[in-house]
Amino acid sequence: MSKHEITTIIGLEVHVQLKTKTKLFCSCSAAFGAPPNTQVCPVCLGLPGALPVMNEEAIELAIRAGLAINCSIPPMTKWDRKQYFYPDLPKGYQISQFDLPICADGYLEITDPEDPDSIRHIGIIRAHLEEDAGKSMHDEQTGKSDTRIDLNRCGTPLLEIVSQPDLRSAAEVKEYLTQLKLILTHLDVSDCEMQEGSLRVDANVNLHIRFDGKKIATPIVEVKNMNSFRAVERALEYEIERQYADWEVDGLTIEDNPKTTRGWDDVKERTFVQREKEESADYRYFPDPDLLPIRIPAERVEELRQSLGELPRETFARLQSQHGLKPYDADVIVNQGPAMIAYYERVSELSGDAKRASSWIQQDVMRTLKDRDVSIDDFLVTSVQLGELLKRVSDGQLDNTRARDVFSYLLEKESTVEQAIAALGIEQVDSSEIDALCQALLDANPAVVDDVRGGKVQAVGSLIGQAKKKNPNANPQQVRETLLRLIGK
Amino acid sequence: MSLTADDVRRLALLARLELTDEEVDAIGPQVTKILGFVEQLALLDTEDVEPMTTALDLDNRWRADELVPSLTNEQALQNAPAKDDSCFLVPPVLGTAASKSSH
Repeated sequence: MSKHEITTIIGLEVHVQLKTKTKLFCSCSAAFGAPPNTQVCPVCLGLPGALPVMNEEAIELAIRAGLAINCSIPPMTKWDRKQYFYPDLPKGYQISQFDLPICADGYLEITDPEDPDSIRHIGIIRAHLEEDAGKSMHDEQTGKSDTRIDLNRCGTPLLEIVSQPDLRSAAEVKEYLTQLKLILTHLDVSDCEMQEGSLRVDANVNLHIRFDGKKIATPIVEVKNMNSFRAVERALEYEIERQYADWEVDGLTIEDNPKTTRGWDDVKERTFVQREKEESADYRYFPDPDLLPIRIPAERVEELRQSLGELPRETFARLQSQHGLKPYDADVIVNQGPAMIAYYERVSELSGDAKRASSWIQQDVMRTLKDRDVSIDDFLVTSVQLGELLKRVSDGQLDNTRARDVFSYLLEKESTVEQAIAALGIEQVDSSEIDALCQALLDANPAVVDDVRGGKVQAVGSLIGQAKKKNPNANPQQVRETLLRLIGK
Repeated sequence: MSLTADDVRRLALLARLELTDEEVDAIGPQVTKILGFVEQLALLDTEDVEPMTTALDLDNRWRADELVPSLTNEQALQNAPAKDDSCFLVPPVLGTAASKSSH
C-alpha cells in the first residue's frame, strides 16, 4: 500500500473481568445477565456512609494472572480514586490503582504470525485492579428519551492489562489477544468473552514512516468499540491503511494532533471520529482514604506461582519436544484448552503414537465436536476408547478406514472398542486369505497386470477397491503390497 | 501561589460547578489561601521519610468472596428522583458521550 517504508506501532489496553463470585468492594453478586439493579447495595450505589471492603479472591486472581504474564508483584500496592462524572458511576470516582499497580513489568510470548517458528516477546507495562462502572442504555433512535442506568455491573472487579507499544500488525494483535485469553481462561481467572464484555480491548495505533531519511510519526489514534477478536483485527487493518492514506493527503504528524479517539463501526467496516482533540485527561487521582494498602509477602507470591501449574506456552513447547508434534499441531491442541490437552495426552499415551493421536483429534474428534456442537467434556468417545482404538491401528490390527467405522459406531452406541469391533464384524484377515483374494483379482484382470508391469504402478488402485468390496476387512495397505508382490514388482 | 480566574474556572468545570464571574472572583483568593495553608508542609525536610499511604497502622483488611443478599430492585430505586420499572433514569446523554467506553 505504501511507497515509503512504514512501521506500525500498536499498544493495547485490555480489561478483563475477574471470575469472582462477588464484587471488588462489596458482597453483591458479580454474575452477568441478572435483571437490572438487582445486584446492588449501598457500596456499589455510592450511598453516603457506605464503605468498601476488598475481596481477597480478586487480589489472588490478579496476582495469578500477573505471574502468568511474567509480571513482578511489588511488595506493596494501594488504591486510588480516579474522578470523573458520568451517570453510571454513582460515586463520582472509580476506585483504581495509579502509581503502585498490583502487577508490573511483564511480557507475553506470542508466535510471530510472519514466521511460525519464531517467537516474539510483547512487553507488558502493568496490570492493575479497578472496579467496573454500571451500564447506560441510551435512546438510540431519537436521543430524546431519558437514559436508563443499570448499576449491576458497578463494582465488579476488572484487571486492566497495559502492553508496551510492541505490536507491529493486526495479526500480531490477534495472536496477543488469543494467547492472553488462553492463559486467563486456562487459569480460570476470567471467561474472556468479548460478547459479554468480560474482555474489552482499546488499541492505540500510529505509523512511523520513513520519509526523506527522517522518521515521521502519524497522530496516535485510540480505537474503541470493538466487540470481537475479528473486529479488533479488521479495525486495526482499516486504521493502518487509513492513517497512511490520510498522511499522504494532509501530511499531519503527531506534533499537529497528538491523539484522537475513533470508534469501530462493525457494519460499515470503518473507524469514525469520536473525540477530535483529547481534552487533557485530569482525573485528579489521589489515594483512596477508605481503603488500606495491600502488602503481599514474597512467600505468598511464590506459593501462588507454584500453584499455576503448566501454562499453555509450556504445554505448547512440551508437545513439540516430548511428543514430536509440529508447532502448528501443538498450537491447535493447546488452543482448545485444558480439557482437550488432557484428552490428547491420554490418547497419545494409550496409543503410543503421538502423531496419530494428534491427527485423529484434529480431524475426526474436532470435526465431530463442531458438527454436534458439544464440548470435549461431553464427547461420547472417551480418551481411553480412542487411545485403545488407535493402538490397534498402530499395531496393524485395523486400518484407518475400519478404525473410522469403529469411531462412528462408538459415537452412536455405548460400547467398548472390543464390542464395536465385534458388532461391525471386523476381524483380522489372515495373509493366506489375502493372497487368495489378490490372486483371484489378478487372474480376472490381466490388463491391470500388464499396466503395472509396463510401469503404471498406480493401476493396482482399482483392484484395491474391488478387494475392499469382496472383503471389507481386507487392509488396503496389505492388499496393495500383496498385489505388487504377486505381480512380481 | 496564586490562582488565576482561568484556574478557578477549570477547577469548577472538573467539579461540574457553575460559577458566575462574581463567584470566580470571590472563590479565587479563598482557594489560594487554602493552598497556601497546605503548602506549609513543603517547609519540612522529607528527604529520608518514607511516603505514607495511610494514617492507620494496618494493612490487608479484606473479606472472603462470599455472597450476601443485595437490595431488592424496589429498595435500590426508592430514593431515585427518576426511575422506570427497573432502572434509574437520567436526562438523555447525548453526542460523543453516548459512545463513551471504559475510562
